[in-house]
Amino acid sequence: MHIVVCMKQVPDSAQIRVHPVTNTIMRQGVPTIINPYDLFAIEEALRLRDTFGGEVTVLTMGPPSAEDSLRKALSFGVDRAVLLTDRFFAGADTLATTYALATALKKIGAEFGPPDIVFTGKQTIDGDTAQVGPGVAKRLGLIQLTYVSRINSVDADKRLIEVERRAEGGVQQLQSRLPCLITILEGVNEIRVGSLMDALKAARATLIKWSAQDAGVEDITKCGLRGSPTIVKKVFAPQPRAQKAELIELGDNPGEALIDALFQRQPKLEGELEKLARGY
Amino acid sequence: MSEPTKAPAAAGRAATKKALPEHLKAYKHVWVFVEQERGQAHPVSWELLGAGRVLADKLGVDLAAVVVGAKNEQTQSVVHEAFCYGADLAYLVADDLLKDYRNESYTKALTDLVNVYKPEILLLGATTLGRDLAGSVATTLLTGLTADCTELDVDAEGSLAATRPTFGGSLLCTIFTLNYRPQMATVRPRVMPMPERVEKLVGRVIEHPLGLVEDDIVTKVLAFLPDRESSKSNLAFADVVVAGGLGLGSPENFQLIRQLASVLGAEYGCSRPLVQKGWVSSDRQIGQTGKTIRPKLYIAAGISGAIQHRVGVEGADYILAINTDKNAPIFDFAHLGVVSDAVRLLPTLTEAFTKRLSPHQRDRLAS
Repeated sequence: MHIVVCMKQVPDSAQIRVHPVTNTIMRQGVPTIINPYDLFAIEEALRLRDTFGGEVTVLTMGPPSAEDSLRKALSFGVDRAVLLTDRFFAGADTLATTYALATALKKIGAEFGPPDIVFTGKQTIDGDTAQVGPGVAKRLGLIQLTYVSRINSVDADKRLIEVERRAEGGVQQLQSRLPCLITILEGVNEIRVGSLMDALKAARATLIKWSAQDAGVEDITKCGLRGSPTIVKKVFAPQPRAQKAELIELGDNPGEALIDALFQRQPKLEGELEKLARGY
Repeated sequence: MSEPTKAPAAAGRAATKKALPEHLKAYKHVWVFVEQERGQAHPVSWELLGAGRVLADKLGVDLAAVVVGAKNEQTQSVVHEAFCYGADLAYLVADDLLKDYRNESYTKALTDLVNVYKPEILLLGATTLGRDLAGSVATTLLTGLTADCTELDVDAEGSLAATRPTFGGSLLCTIFTLNYRPQMATVRPRVMPMPERVEKLVGRVIEHPLGLVEDDIVTKVLAFLPDRESSKSNLAFADVVVAGGLGLGSPENFQLIRQLASVLGAEYGCSRPLVQKGWVSSDRQIGQTGKTIRPKLYIAAGISGAIQHRVGVEGADYILAINTDKNAPIFDFAHLGVVSDAVRLLPTLTEAFTKRLSPHQRDRLAS
């Protein structure tokens, strides 16, 4: 089997700070990581490879520094890493991103064999759109299976796959065909600690680096900012509330004191809470 | 509104707005995709009809509901409800192949409708269904899609201004789709207020055929396993919510959140890092990428209050925050704050609430 995982290097959003005066993102010193949701996709791909044999390729679009995350992926035991990097890709929205990724996936298919499954994480932690997976599937004409919580079976010969998919209010059990694109839900597995051998290999490995031209992009106007139908017109910090929280000291009996303070300021809450506690 | 920070890279391009190409001028009216799963309409659809009403009135156009589902009474009643929540007309694709949500059939139904009837704005709920569908439809139509908007408006030129958090919620950005139609946006449940339901008769319904047979659809639904009532979180609609964050220090301490919630008859939740660490399941996550809540009382313990969390809780009537760091951003938007270690304070708070609230429980048992 050939399994391709689309992943993204993202700033560790837990450590992002906004400059209090200029309201700009302070990127300096913010570490980058593999998008945490993508780790589940990588692990799921490795598990399928371990069961069925074959190869796992990871693909990312990003600046040259995204190499760090690709090496990290190689250290988990991924077989091949492709970095799609070009200034023409900069400023891409989801539609332009899916064009670039889909083009590179076609090239990966031509060079290393067509993928049986393309994995992505559920979404990224910086963009949070969850739209790139479905967009790539649509562009490649792949069946899309999103929010997959479990892969029940894969029949590589009959080209069939059965999965469980998180839906509103329940789980869908679906049967579909390979090749397909799966966006995997978080928490379905735990990323492995790669072997020492893989770590050594990852450090020495030669990454495949493709520019737009290398990847086979035919229409550069479909890439990056120019290829993006959406336009960011304004970026601003959320409006601070006029009043900050009233900070109170609680003294010796903090539990009681806090409840007193709460009910004093919000008398209606006392009745509401009593009703709720009575089981309404 | 605060001032735009630094001119974003796209601003120059945006300023030179081209006249809408001739073939796109035919795109008119505001559409809301009414999401239903197995005959059950998702409330986010009514919230979107409320938001869509405002946009349609500003533009002086119609507000249409798009209903896609099985050919049965349940689907008809969803159409009826859509009129009660403010739709002027409805587009309906009713076919038994649409009984269950499947990407292929729903994408075809919605894409065909857009291509034939040409809306200028198309809104969908940012649910698992809506996000699965919106990405496919937008890519098929090669148009812009702004996900997870927290605010929708139209500018002086009649373009949709969709505001959403960015950089993990540290900033907000306003996004336009100027030269493509329709302008698509998704909005998470509970972000927009629920409009009032006004009983109305079913108005104009335009039916459109699906044009597929079962063999055209690759994916088959083998079964649908509904969530057990008991394990379902009702965070979005809870009156009181207690949530914990990294300040709890260990997964074991999350118990303190559950205990307080239990005494209060509240729902419990958490901030995103706890889900990422695997301490709490993702259906309990509150914030931009989790649930949006609108309780009467929200108690946040050991949560720093990153904007990603803030956008999910701002609809709360009253916010009580407990955090050791007096400079934590949570105190910028909470109403009442205690600078304290939640792990120490929570047990005494739970105990005090038990004392205060339990006599009533005894009264009730006695009566």
